[in-house]
Amino acid sequence: MSVLIYADSYNKKLTKTAYEAVTYGLKTASLLGTQATVIVTGECENIAELGEYGATKVLHVNKPELNYSEPQLTAFTISEAANKEGANLVVMAHDHSGKGILPRLSVRLNAGSVPGAVELPKNEGGFSVKKAVFSGKAFAQVEIKSEKKIVSFLPNTIPAEKVGGSAQVENFEVTLPTTNVKVKEVKKESTKLSLTEADIVVSAGRGLKGPENWGMIEELANELGAATACSRPVADIGWRPHHEHVGQTGVTVRPNLYFAIGISGAIQHLAGVNGSKVMVVINTDPEAPFFKAADYGIVGDAFEVVPKLIEAIKAFKAANN
Amino acid sequence: MKILVCISKAPDTTTKIAFKDNDTQFNKDGVQFIINPYDEWYALVRGLELKEAAGSGSVTVINVGTTENDPVIRKALAIGADDAVRIDSEDKDPFNVAKQIADYAKDKGYNMILTGKETIDYNGSQIGGMIAEFLNLPYISQASKLDVNGNIATIERDIQGGKEVLEVEGAFVLGAAKGMAEARIPNMRGIMAARTKPLNVVSSTAGEDLTEIKSYSLPPAKAACKYVSADNPAELLDLLKNEAKVL
Repeated sequence: MSVLIYADSYNKKLTKTAYEAVTYGLKTASLLGTQATVIVTGECENIAELGEYGATKVLHVNKPELNYSEPQLTAFTISEAANKEGANLVVMAHDHSGKGILPRLSVRLNAGSVPGAVELPKNEGGFSVKKAVFSGKAFAQVEIKSEKKIVSFLPNTIPAEKVGGSAQVENFEVTLPTTNVKVKEVKKESTKLSLTEADIVVSAGRGLKGPENWGMIEELANELGAATACSRPVADIGWRPHHEHVGQTGVTVRPNLYFAIGISGAIQHLAGVNGSKVMVVINTDPEAPFFKAADYGIVGDAFEVVPKLIEAIKAFKAANN
Repeated sequence: MKILVCISKAPDTTTKIAFKDNDTQFNKDGVQFIINPYDEWYALVRGLELKEAAGSGSVTVINVGTTENDPVIRKALAIGADDAVRIDSEDKDPFNVAKQIADYAKDKGYNMILTGKETIDYNGSQIGGMIAEFLNLPYISQASKLDVNGNIATIERDIQGGKEVLEVEGAFVLGAAKGMAEARIPNMRGIMAARTKPLNVVSSTAGEDLTEIKSYSLPPAKAACKYVSADNPAELLDLLKNEAKVL
Protein backbone atom coordinates (compact mmCIF):
# COMPACT_ATOMS: atom_id res chain seq x y z
CA MET A 1 0.00 0.00 0.00
CA SER A 2 1.36 3.39 -0.89
CA VAL A 3 1.19 6.38 1.41
CA LEU A 4 -0.25 9.83 0.73
CA ILE A 5 1.00 12.65 2.97
CA TYR A 6 -1.06 15.80 3.43
CA ALA A 7 1.25 18.79 3.97
CA ASP A 8 -0.75 21.77 5.24
CA SER A 9 -0.01 25.32 4.20
CA TYR A 10 -1.18 28.68 5.45
CA ASN A 11 -0.67 32.13 3.98
CA LYS A 12 1.00 30.46 0.98
CA LYS A 13 3.67 28.86 3.19
CA LEU A 14 4.01 25.30 4.46
CA THR A 15 3.23 25.02 8.17
CA LYS A 16 5.65 23.57 10.72
CA THR A 17 3.52 20.43 10.94
CA ALA A 18 3.72 20.00 7.15
CA TYR A 19 7.43 19.13 7.43
CA GLU A 20 6.70 16.84 10.38
CA ALA A 21 4.02 15.12 8.28
CA VAL A 22 6.55 14.45 5.52
CA THR A 23 9.02 12.89 7.96
CA TYR A 24 6.25 10.89 9.70
CA GLY A 25 4.81 9.73 6.38
CA LEU A 26 8.15 8.78 4.82
CA LYS A 27 9.19 6.80 7.91
CA THR A 28 5.81 5.03 7.87
CA ALA A 29 6.18 4.27 4.14
CA SER A 30 9.60 2.78 4.70
CA LEU A 31 8.21 0.70 7.57
CA LEU A 32 5.58 -0.65 5.16
CA GLY A 33 8.13 -1.05 2.37
CA THR A 34 6.35 1.33 0.04
CA GLN A 35 6.50 4.77 -1.58
CA ALA A 36 4.96 8.04 -0.47
CA THR A 37 3.49 10.97 -2.36
CA VAL A 38 2.90 14.38 -0.78
CA ILE A 39 -0.14 16.53 -1.53
CA VAL A 40 -0.23 20.30 -1.03
CA THR A 41 -3.53 22.15 -1.44
CA GLY A 42 -3.95 25.85 -2.10
CA GLU A 43 -1.46 28.46 -3.20
CA CYS A 44 1.98 27.75 -1.77
CA GLU A 45 5.29 29.44 -2.50
CA ASN A 46 7.81 27.12 -0.86
CA ILE A 47 6.76 23.64 -2.00
CA ALA A 48 10.25 22.92 -3.30
CA GLU A 49 11.50 22.80 0.30
CA LEU A 50 9.66 19.49 0.75
CA GLY A 51 12.43 17.88 -1.30
CA GLU A 52 14.96 18.74 1.40
CA TYR A 53 12.83 16.68 3.78
CA GLY A 54 12.92 13.66 1.51
CA ALA A 55 9.76 14.07 -0.56
CA THR A 56 10.30 12.86 -4.12
CA LYS A 57 6.84 13.33 -5.59
CA VAL A 58 4.49 16.18 -4.73
CA LEU A 59 1.00 16.77 -6.10
CA HIS A 60 0.01 20.43 -5.96
CA VAL A 61 -3.61 21.51 -6.28
CA ASN A 62 -3.04 25.18 -6.87
CA LYS A 63 -6.44 26.70 -6.17
CA PRO A 64 -7.10 29.73 -3.94
CA GLU A 65 -10.35 28.10 -2.72
CA LEU A 66 -8.12 25.69 -0.83
CA ASN A 67 -6.01 28.34 0.92
CA TYR A 68 -7.91 27.98 4.20
CA SER A 69 -7.79 24.17 4.36
CA GLU A 70 -11.62 24.20 4.44
CA PRO A 71 -12.45 20.61 5.47
CA GLN A 72 -15.12 19.80 2.88
CA LEU A 73 -13.06 20.95 -0.11
CA THR A 74 -9.73 19.74 1.23
CA ALA A 75 -10.99 16.27 2.19
CA PHE A 76 -12.53 15.98 -1.29
CA THR A 77 -9.23 16.96 -2.89
CA ILE A 78 -7.17 14.56 -0.79
CA SER A 79 -9.58 11.71 -1.58
CA GLU A 80 -9.16 12.43 -5.31
CA ALA A 81 -5.39 12.29 -4.90
CA ALA A 82 -5.57 9.08 -2.85
CA ASN A 83 -7.63 7.45 -5.59
CA LYS A 84 -5.25 8.68 -8.29
CA GLU A 85 -2.20 7.39 -6.42
CA GLY A 86 -3.87 4.18 -5.23
CA ALA A 87 -2.89 5.19 -1.71
CA ASN A 88 -4.19 2.99 1.09
CA LEU A 89 -2.80 5.09 3.90
CA VAL A 90 -3.14 8.86 4.33
CA VAL A 91 -0.99 10.68 6.89
CA MET A 92 -1.55 14.19 8.27
CA ALA A 93 -1.04 16.22 11.42
CA HIS A 94 -3.66 16.29 14.19
CA ASP A 95 -3.61 20.10 14.17
CA HIS A 96 -6.33 22.68 13.54
CA SER A 97 -6.54 21.74 9.86
CA GLY A 98 -6.22 17.98 10.31
CA LYS A 99 -8.99 17.86 12.92
CA GLY A 100 -11.43 19.19 10.33
CA ILE A 101 -10.15 17.15 7.40
CA LEU A 102 -9.50 13.66 8.84
CA PRO A 103 -13.07 12.72 9.79
CA ARG A 104 -14.50 13.83 6.44
CA LEU A 105 -11.77 12.00 4.55
CA SER A 106 -12.39 8.91 6.66
CA VAL A 107 -15.99 8.79 5.43
CA ARG A 108 -15.05 9.61 1.82
CA LEU A 109 -12.52 6.78 1.67
CA ASN A 110 -14.46 4.42 3.95
CA ALA A 111 -11.23 4.32 5.93
CA GLY A 112 -10.71 3.58 9.61
CA SER A 113 -8.77 6.42 11.18
CA VAL A 114 -6.65 7.07 14.23
CA PRO A 115 -6.31 10.76 15.15
CA GLY A 116 -3.58 11.94 17.49
CA ALA A 117 -0.88 9.28 17.11
CA VAL A 118 2.10 9.68 19.44
CA GLU A 119 4.50 7.38 17.62
CA LEU A 120 4.95 5.69 14.24
CA PRO A 121 2.44 2.94 13.36
CA LYS A 122 3.21 -0.73 14.01
CA ASN A 123 2.61 -3.29 11.29
CA GLU A 124 2.93 -6.58 13.15
CA GLY A 125 -0.17 -8.71 13.74
CA GLY A 126 -2.33 -6.00 12.22
CA PHE A 127 -1.77 -2.30 11.55
CA SER A 128 -2.04 -0.36 14.77
CA VAL A 129 -1.19 3.06 16.12
CA LYS A 130 -0.56 4.35 19.62
CA LYS A 131 -2.67 7.42 20.40
CA ALA A 132 -3.14 9.65 23.43
CA VAL A 133 -6.47 9.11 25.21
CA PHE A 134 -8.12 10.45 28.36
CA SER A 135 -6.68 13.86 27.47
CA GLY A 136 -3.10 12.71 27.75
CA LYS A 137 -3.56 10.71 30.96
CA ALA A 138 -3.13 7.42 29.05
CA PHE A 139 -2.46 5.82 25.66
CA ALA A 140 -4.38 3.33 23.53
CA GLN A 141 -3.00 1.01 20.86
CA VAL A 142 -5.69 1.20 18.17
CA GLU A 143 -5.89 -1.27 15.32
CA ILE A 144 -7.25 -0.11 11.95
CA LYS A 145 -9.05 -3.03 10.35
CA SER A 146 -10.25 -1.50 7.09
CA GLU A 147 -8.23 -1.73 3.88
CA LYS A 148 -7.87 2.05 3.66
CA LYS A 149 -6.45 3.85 6.65
CA ILE A 150 -5.82 7.36 7.93
CA VAL A 151 -3.42 8.35 10.69
CA SER A 152 -2.90 11.83 12.09
CA PHE A 153 -0.09 12.44 14.54
CA LEU A 154 0.07 14.96 17.39
CA PRO A 155 2.32 17.91 16.50
CA ASN A 156 5.86 17.53 17.87
CA THR A 157 5.61 13.71 17.88
CA ILE A 158 8.72 13.33 15.76
CA PRO A 159 10.94 16.17 14.61
CA ALA A 160 11.00 17.00 10.90
CA GLU A 161 14.26 15.65 9.42
CA LYS A 162 16.18 17.33 6.63
CA VAL A 163 17.64 14.54 4.52
CA GLY A 164 18.46 16.48 1.35
CA GLY A 165 17.14 15.82 -2.13
CA SER A 166 14.64 17.37 -4.45
CA ALA A 167 10.99 16.81 -5.19
CA GLN A 168 9.22 16.55 -8.49
CA VAL A 169 6.18 18.82 -8.22
CA GLU A 170 3.23 17.88 -10.38
CA ASN A 171 0.23 20.13 -10.90
CA PHE A 172 -2.87 18.14 -10.00
CA GLU A 173 -6.18 19.33 -11.43
CA VAL A 174 -9.29 18.77 -9.37
CA THR A 175 -12.82 20.00 -10.07
CA LEU A 176 -13.93 21.18 -6.65
CA PRO A 177 -17.47 20.79 -5.37
CA THR A 178 -19.27 23.89 -4.12
CA THR A 179 -19.35 24.80 -0.44
CA ASN A 180 -21.68 26.95 1.63
CA VAL A 181 -18.79 28.15 3.80
CA LYS A 182 -17.23 31.57 3.20
CA VAL A 183 -14.18 32.87 5.06
CA LYS A 184 -15.04 36.49 5.93
CA GLU A 185 -12.06 37.45 8.02
CA VAL A 186 -8.91 36.03 9.58
CA LYS A 187 -7.94 37.45 12.96
CA LYS A 188 -4.39 36.46 13.55
CA GLU A 189 -1.89 37.81 16.01
CA SER A 190 0.94 37.53 13.53
CA THR A 191 3.53 38.89 15.93
CA LYS A 192 2.83 36.22 18.51
CA LEU A 193 4.12 32.69 18.35
CA SER A 194 1.34 30.11 18.06
CA LEU A 195 0.89 28.11 21.24
CA THR A 196 0.59 24.68 19.65
CA GLU A 197 3.59 25.24 17.38
CA ALA A 198 5.97 26.67 19.96
CA ASP A 199 9.00 24.64 21.09
CA ILE A 200 8.93 26.38 24.46
CA VAL A 201 5.82 27.45 26.40
CA VAL A 202 5.81 29.72 29.45
CA SER A 203 2.61 29.29 31.42
CA ALA A 204 1.43 31.03 34.56
CA GLY A 205 -1.43 30.70 36.99
CA ARG A 206 -3.19 32.28 39.93
CA GLY A 207 0.11 32.54 41.80
CA LEU A 208 0.74 35.65 39.70
CA LYS A 209 -1.98 37.45 41.71
CA GLY A 210 -3.30 39.65 38.91
CA PRO A 211 -3.20 40.34 35.16
CA GLU A 212 -0.97 43.37 35.73
CA ASN A 213 1.86 41.02 36.72
CA TRP A 214 2.10 39.25 33.36
CA GLY A 215 4.78 41.63 32.11
CA MET A 216 7.57 39.48 33.50
CA ILE A 217 5.95 36.32 32.04
CA GLU A 218 5.85 37.93 28.60
CA GLU A 219 9.44 39.09 29.02
CA LEU A 220 10.55 35.61 30.04
CA ALA A 221 8.73 34.12 27.05
CA ASN A 222 10.27 36.72 24.80
CA GLU A 223 13.81 35.95 26.01
CA LEU A 224 13.22 32.22 25.45
CA GLY A 225 11.44 32.60 22.11
CA ALA A 226 8.46 30.98 23.79
CA ALA A 227 4.67 31.24 23.55
CA THR A 228 2.67 32.26 26.63
CA ALA A 229 -0.10 30.18 28.17
CA CYS A 230 -2.14 30.10 31.38
CA SER A 231 -4.16 27.87 33.68
CA ARG A 232 -7.94 27.61 33.51
CA PRO A 233 -8.84 29.81 36.53
CA VAL A 234 -6.76 32.62 35.07
CA ALA A 235 -8.64 32.45 31.74
CA ASP A 236 -12.00 32.08 33.49
CA ILE A 237 -11.56 35.22 35.60
CA GLY A 238 -10.44 37.11 32.52
CA TRP A 239 -6.81 37.81 33.40
CA ARG A 240 -5.76 36.16 30.15
CA PRO A 241 -7.60 35.30 26.90
CA HIS A 242 -9.32 31.89 26.63
CA HIS A 243 -7.11 30.78 23.76
CA GLU A 244 -4.14 30.77 26.16
CA HIS A 245 -5.83 28.27 28.52
CA VAL A 246 -3.97 24.96 28.43
CA GLY A 247 -5.46 21.91 30.09
CA GLN A 248 -8.04 19.21 29.68
CA THR A 249 -10.78 21.57 28.51
CA GLY A 250 -8.48 24.06 26.84
CA VAL A 251 -5.53 23.70 24.48
CA THR A 252 -3.28 20.64 24.61
CA VAL A 253 0.38 21.47 24.16
CA ARG A 254 3.42 19.24 23.61
CA PRO A 255 6.42 21.56 23.57
CA ASN A 256 10.00 20.48 24.23
CA LEU A 257 10.04 22.67 27.31
CA TYR A 258 7.12 23.79 29.48
CA PHE A 259 7.47 26.34 32.30
CA ALA A 260 4.68 26.35 34.89
CA ILE A 261 4.84 29.40 37.12
CA GLY A 262 2.43 29.79 40.03
CA ILE A 263 0.30 26.85 38.83
CA SER A 264 -0.51 24.21 41.45
CA GLY A 265 -0.89 21.41 38.90
CA ALA A 266 -4.47 20.13 39.12
CA ILE A 267 -5.04 16.86 37.28
CA GLN A 268 -7.04 18.70 34.59
CA HIS A 269 -4.16 21.08 33.92
CA LEU A 270 -1.59 18.28 33.78
CA ALA A 271 -3.74 16.46 31.21
CA GLY A 272 -3.18 19.32 28.77
CA VAL A 273 0.57 19.57 29.23
CA ASN A 274 1.96 16.17 30.17
CA GLY A 275 3.00 15.49 26.59
CA SER A 276 5.72 18.12 27.12
CA LYS A 277 9.23 16.66 26.91
CA VAL A 278 10.59 18.61 29.87
CA MET A 279 8.63 20.47 32.54
CA VAL A 280 9.97 23.14 34.87
CA VAL A 281 7.83 24.16 37.84
CA ILE A 282 8.26 27.35 39.86
CA ASN A 283 5.98 27.56 42.90
CA THR A 284 6.09 28.95 46.44
CA ASP A 285 4.36 25.85 47.80
CA PRO A 286 6.76 22.88 48.04
CA GLU A 287 3.69 20.63 48.33
CA ALA A 288 2.19 21.79 45.00
CA PRO A 289 1.18 18.62 43.10
CA PHE A 290 2.87 19.92 39.96
CA PHE A 291 6.31 19.11 41.44
CA LYS A 292 5.43 15.40 41.20
CA ALA A 293 5.08 15.75 37.43
CA ALA A 294 8.01 18.15 37.00
CA ASP A 295 11.49 17.36 35.74
CA TYR A 296 12.99 20.44 37.36
CA GLY A 297 11.61 22.54 40.17
CA ILE A 298 12.31 25.78 41.95
CA VAL A 299 10.54 26.36 45.24
CA GLY A 300 10.28 30.11 45.51
CA ASP A 301 8.26 33.23 44.94
CA ALA A 302 7.69 33.86 41.24
CA PHE A 303 8.11 37.60 41.80
CA GLU A 304 11.70 36.96 42.94
CA VAL A 305 12.59 33.95 40.81
CA VAL A 306 11.32 35.08 37.41
CA PRO A 307 13.28 38.37 37.24
CA LYS A 308 16.43 36.49 38.27
CA LEU A 309 15.71 33.85 35.66
CA ILE A 310 15.31 36.52 32.98
CA GLU A 311 18.72 38.00 33.93
CA ALA A 312 20.26 34.51 33.88
CA ILE A 313 18.85 33.86 30.40
CA LYS A 314 20.29 37.12 29.10
CA ALA A 315 23.69 36.10 30.48
CA PHE A 316 23.23 32.55 29.14
CA LYS A 317 22.43 33.85 25.65
CA ALA A 318 25.39 36.22 25.71
CA ALA A 319 27.68 33.36 26.77
CA ASN A 320 26.36 30.93 24.18
CA ASN A 321 26.37 33.18 21.14
CA MET B 1 -35.12 26.40 14.63
CA LYS B 2 -34.50 22.67 14.86
CA ILE B 3 -31.26 21.76 16.61
CA LEU B 4 -29.66 18.36 17.20
CA VAL B 5 -26.92 18.15 19.85
CA CYS B 6 -24.72 15.05 19.95
CA ILE B 7 -23.63 14.18 23.47
CA SER B 8 -21.18 11.62 24.71
CA LYS B 9 -20.66 10.16 28.17
CA ALA B 10 -17.21 10.74 29.65
CA PRO B 11 -15.45 10.11 32.95
CA ASP B 12 -15.37 13.14 35.25
CA THR B 13 -12.33 15.36 34.65
CA THR B 14 -10.80 14.47 38.05
CA THR B 15 -10.86 10.71 37.31
CA LYS B 16 -7.65 8.78 37.95
CA ILE B 17 -7.39 6.55 34.91
CA ALA B 18 -6.88 2.80 35.44
CA PHE B 19 -7.35 -0.30 33.30
CA LYS B 20 -8.34 -3.92 33.84
CA ASP B 21 -8.49 -7.27 32.01
CA ASN B 22 -4.83 -7.18 31.09
CA ASP B 23 -5.00 -3.48 30.17
CA THR B 24 -7.64 -4.03 27.50
CA GLN B 25 -10.56 -2.32 29.29
CA PHE B 26 -11.02 1.01 31.03
CA ASN B 27 -11.72 0.33 34.70
CA LYS B 28 -15.05 2.03 35.43
CA ASP B 29 -15.09 1.04 39.11
CA GLY B 30 -15.87 4.11 41.20
CA VAL B 31 -15.77 6.41 38.18
CA GLN B 32 -18.26 9.25 38.09
CA PHE B 33 -19.60 9.79 34.56
CA ILE B 34 -20.61 13.16 33.15
CA ILE B 35 -21.72 14.59 29.83
CA ASN B 36 -18.57 15.25 27.83
CA PRO B 37 -17.82 18.88 28.85
CA TYR B 38 -17.48 20.27 25.30
CA ASP B 39 -20.83 18.71 24.38
CA GLU B 40 -22.57 20.05 27.48
CA TRP B 41 -20.98 23.39 28.32
CA TYR B 42 -20.67 24.68 24.78
CA ALA B 43 -22.73 22.74 22.22
CA LEU B 44 -25.86 22.07 24.30
CA VAL B 45 -25.95 25.42 26.08
CA ARG B 46 -25.38 27.41 22.87
CA GLY B 47 -28.13 25.39 21.20
CA LEU B 48 -30.51 26.26 24.04
CA GLU B 49 -29.53 29.94 23.89
CA LEU B 50 -30.21 30.08 20.14
CA LYS B 51 -33.59 28.42 20.54
CA GLU B 52 -34.50 30.81 23.36
CA ALA B 53 -33.41 33.83 21.31
CA ALA B 54 -35.46 32.62 18.33
CA GLY B 55 -38.47 32.12 20.61
CA SER B 56 -39.36 28.86 18.90
CA GLY B 57 -37.86 25.58 17.82
CA SER B 58 -36.51 22.50 19.54
CA VAL B 59 -33.27 21.12 20.93
CA THR B 60 -32.92 17.35 20.74
CA VAL B 61 -29.96 15.56 22.26
CA ILE B 62 -28.72 12.34 20.72
CA ASN B 63 -26.41 9.71 22.17
CA VAL B 64 -25.12 6.37 20.96
CA GLY B 65 -24.88 3.98 23.86
CA THR B 66 -26.49 1.46 26.13
CA THR B 67 -29.00 2.02 28.89
CA GLU B 68 -25.99 2.79 31.13
CA ASN B 69 -25.98 6.23 29.48
CA ASP B 70 -29.52 7.20 30.47
CA PRO B 71 -28.50 9.18 33.59
CA VAL B 72 -26.24 11.53 31.59
CA ILE B 73 -28.93 11.87 28.91
CA ARG B 74 -31.44 12.83 31.63
CA LYS B 75 -28.98 15.47 32.81
CA ALA B 76 -29.03 17.05 29.33
CA LEU B 77 -32.82 17.12 29.55
CA ALA B 78 -32.56 18.73 32.99
CA ILE B 79 -30.31 21.44 31.56
CA GLY B 80 -33.04 22.23 29.06
CA ALA B 81 -33.11 19.95 25.99
CA ASP B 82 -36.67 19.23 24.84
CA ASP B 83 -36.25 15.57 24.10
CA ALA B 84 -33.59 12.91 23.70
CA VAL B 85 -32.75 10.04 21.41
CA ARG B 86 -30.53 7.14 22.38
CA ILE B 87 -29.34 4.82 19.63
CA ASP B 88 -29.11 1.48 21.37
CA SER B 89 -25.60 0.35 20.56
CA GLU B 90 -22.12 0.31 22.07
CA ASP B 91 -20.08 3.35 21.13
CA LYS B 92 -16.77 1.74 20.23
CA ASP B 93 -15.84 2.84 16.74
CA PRO B 94 -16.17 6.56 15.86
CA PHE B 95 -17.05 5.79 12.23
CA ASN B 96 -19.98 3.66 13.36
CA VAL B 97 -21.15 6.17 15.97
CA ALA B 98 -21.16 8.97 13.39
CA LYS B 99 -22.87 6.80 10.77
CA GLN B 100 -25.70 5.92 13.13
CA ILE B 101 -26.28 9.56 14.09
CA ALA B 102 -26.20 10.56 10.40
CA ASP B 103 -28.66 7.77 9.54
CA TYR B 104 -30.99 9.07 12.23
CA ALA B 105 -30.63 12.75 11.32
CA LYS B 106 -30.69 12.59 7.52
CA ASP B 107 -34.43 13.07 6.95
CA LYS B 108 -35.30 15.11 10.07
CA GLY B 109 -34.53 18.58 8.68
CA TYR B 110 -32.23 19.87 11.42
CA ASN B 111 -30.97 23.42 10.88
CA MET B 112 -27.79 22.56 12.72
CA ILE B 113 -26.09 19.61 14.36
CA LEU B 114 -23.89 20.67 17.26
CA THR B 115 -21.31 18.64 19.16
CA GLY B 116 -18.22 19.25 21.26
CA LYS B 117 -14.90 19.65 19.45
CA GLU B 118 -13.73 16.37 20.99
CA THR B 119 -14.47 14.00 23.88
CA ILE B 120 -12.20 14.07 26.90
CA ASP B 121 -11.79 10.29 26.87
CA TYR B 122 -10.98 9.35 23.26
CA ASN B 123 -9.93 12.83 22.07
CA GLY B 124 -10.69 11.96 18.46
CA SER B 125 -12.38 15.13 17.12
CA GLN B 126 -14.04 12.82 14.59
CA ILE B 127 -17.79 12.53 15.13
CA GLY B 128 -18.85 15.99 13.89
CA GLY B 129 -16.78 15.88 10.72
CA MET B 130 -17.90 12.35 9.92
CA ILE B 131 -21.59 13.21 10.35
CA ALA B 132 -21.06 16.23 8.10
CA GLU B 133 -19.50 14.12 5.36
CA PHE B 134 -22.22 11.46 5.60
CA LEU B 135 -24.85 14.21 5.21
CA ASN B 136 -22.83 16.32 2.76
CA LEU B 137 -23.02 19.37 5.05
CA PRO B 138 -20.35 21.94 5.94
CA TYR B 139 -18.37 21.16 9.10
CA ILE B 140 -16.88 23.84 11.32
CA SER B 141 -14.38 22.33 13.72
CA GLN B 142 -13.22 24.06 16.92
CA ALA B 143 -15.84 26.77 16.77
CA SER B 144 -15.72 29.27 19.62
CA LYS B 145 -18.59 31.58 18.56
CA LEU B 146 -21.89 30.96 16.81
CA ASP B 147 -24.56 33.47 15.84
CA VAL B 148 -27.51 32.89 13.56
CA ASN B 149 -29.38 35.38 11.43
CA GLY B 150 -32.08 33.79 9.30
CA ASN B 151 -30.45 31.22 7.05
CA ILE B 152 -26.93 32.52 7.67
CA ALA B 153 -24.72 31.49 10.58
CA THR B 154 -21.65 33.49 11.54
CA ILE B 155 -19.06 31.30 13.21
CA GLU B 156 -15.62 31.91 14.66
CA ARG B 157 -13.23 29.02 14.39
CA ASP B 158 -9.94 28.64 16.25
CA ILE B 159 -6.95 28.27 13.96
CA GLN B 160 -3.21 28.18 14.60
CA GLY B 161 -2.50 31.42 16.43
CA GLY B 162 -5.82 33.13 15.76
CA LYS B 163 -9.40 32.87 14.55
CA GLU B 164 -11.28 32.63 11.28
CA VAL B 165 -14.66 34.27 10.90
CA LEU B 166 -16.86 32.15 8.67
CA GLU B 167 -20.29 32.59 7.15
CA VAL B 168 -22.30 29.47 6.48
CA GLU B 169 -25.51 29.33 4.50
CA GLY B 170 -28.05 26.64 5.37
CA ALA B 171 -27.61 23.60 7.57
CA PHE B 172 -24.23 22.72 9.05
CA VAL B 173 -22.42 20.58 11.62
CA LEU B 174 -20.25 22.25 14.27
CA GLY B 175 -17.66 21.14 16.85
CA ALA B 176 -17.89 23.51 19.83
CA ALA B 177 -14.84 24.77 21.73
CA LYS B 178 -14.35 26.96 24.77
CA GLY B 179 -15.80 30.45 24.54
CA MET B 180 -19.07 29.53 22.81
CA ALA B 181 -21.26 29.63 25.94
CA GLU B 182 -21.17 29.52 29.73
CA ALA B 183 -22.02 26.25 31.47
CA ARG B 184 -25.52 26.01 32.98
CA ILE B 185 -26.34 24.23 36.20
CA PRO B 186 -29.69 22.44 36.07
CA ASN B 187 -32.22 23.78 38.59
CA MET B 188 -34.77 21.74 40.55
CA ARG B 189 -37.54 22.52 38.07
CA GLY B 190 -35.37 21.31 35.22
CA ILE B 191 -34.47 18.13 37.05
CA MET B 192 -38.14 17.41 37.79
CA ALA B 193 -39.16 18.17 34.19
CA ALA B 194 -36.42 15.90 32.84
CA ARG B 195 -38.12 12.87 34.37
CA THR B 196 -41.09 13.19 32.07
CA LYS B 197 -39.40 14.48 28.90
CA PRO B 198 -39.23 11.91 26.09
CA LEU B 199 -36.10 9.72 25.85
CA ASN B 200 -36.66 7.71 22.71
CA VAL B 201 -34.59 4.59 22.23
CA VAL B 202 -34.04 3.66 18.60
CA SER B 203 -32.40 0.54 17.24
CA SER B 204 -28.88 0.53 15.90
CA THR B 205 -27.85 0.67 12.24
CA ALA B 206 -24.21 -0.07 13.09
CA GLY B 207 -22.03 -1.78 10.52
CA GLU B 208 -18.66 -3.39 11.04
CA ASP B 209 -16.21 -1.49 13.25
CA LEU B 210 -13.25 -0.10 11.28
CA THR B 211 -11.05 0.36 14.34
CA GLU B 212 -10.55 -1.44 17.63
CA ILE B 213 -8.65 -0.54 20.80
CA LYS B 214 -6.28 -3.44 21.44
CA SER B 215 -4.72 -2.28 24.68
CA TYR B 216 -4.18 0.69 26.98
CA SER B 217 -1.10 1.94 28.75
CA LEU B 218 -0.23 4.66 31.23
CA PRO B 219 2.61 7.12 30.73
CA PRO B 220 5.86 5.84 32.22
CA ALA B 221 6.47 7.01 35.79
CA LYS B 222 8.49 10.19 35.90
CA ALA B 223 11.83 10.38 37.63
CA ALA B 224 11.72 12.51 40.74
CA CYS B 225 11.81 16.26 40.25
CA LYS B 226 15.28 17.75 40.42
CA TYR B 227 15.26 20.88 42.58
CA VAL B 228 17.31 23.96 41.86
CA SER B 229 17.88 26.74 44.37
CA ALA B 230 15.74 29.84 43.89
CA ASP B 231 18.92 31.90 44.12
CA ASN B 232 20.67 30.15 41.29
CA PRO B 233 18.53 30.10 38.11
CA ALA B 234 21.71 29.84 36.03
CA GLU B 235 22.02 26.26 37.28
CA LEU B 236 18.55 25.54 35.89
CA LEU B 237 19.60 26.83 32.47
CA ASP B 238 22.76 24.71 32.63
CA LEU B 239 20.66 21.59 33.36
CA LEU B 240 18.19 22.42 30.58
CA LYS B 241 21.03 22.82 28.11
CA ASN B 242 23.42 20.07 29.09
CA GLU B 243 21.27 17.45 30.79
CA ALA B 244 17.77 17.78 29.28
CA LYS B 245 19.19 19.23 26.02
CA VAL B 246 16.16 21.41 25.35
CA LEU B 247 17.84 24.82 25.17
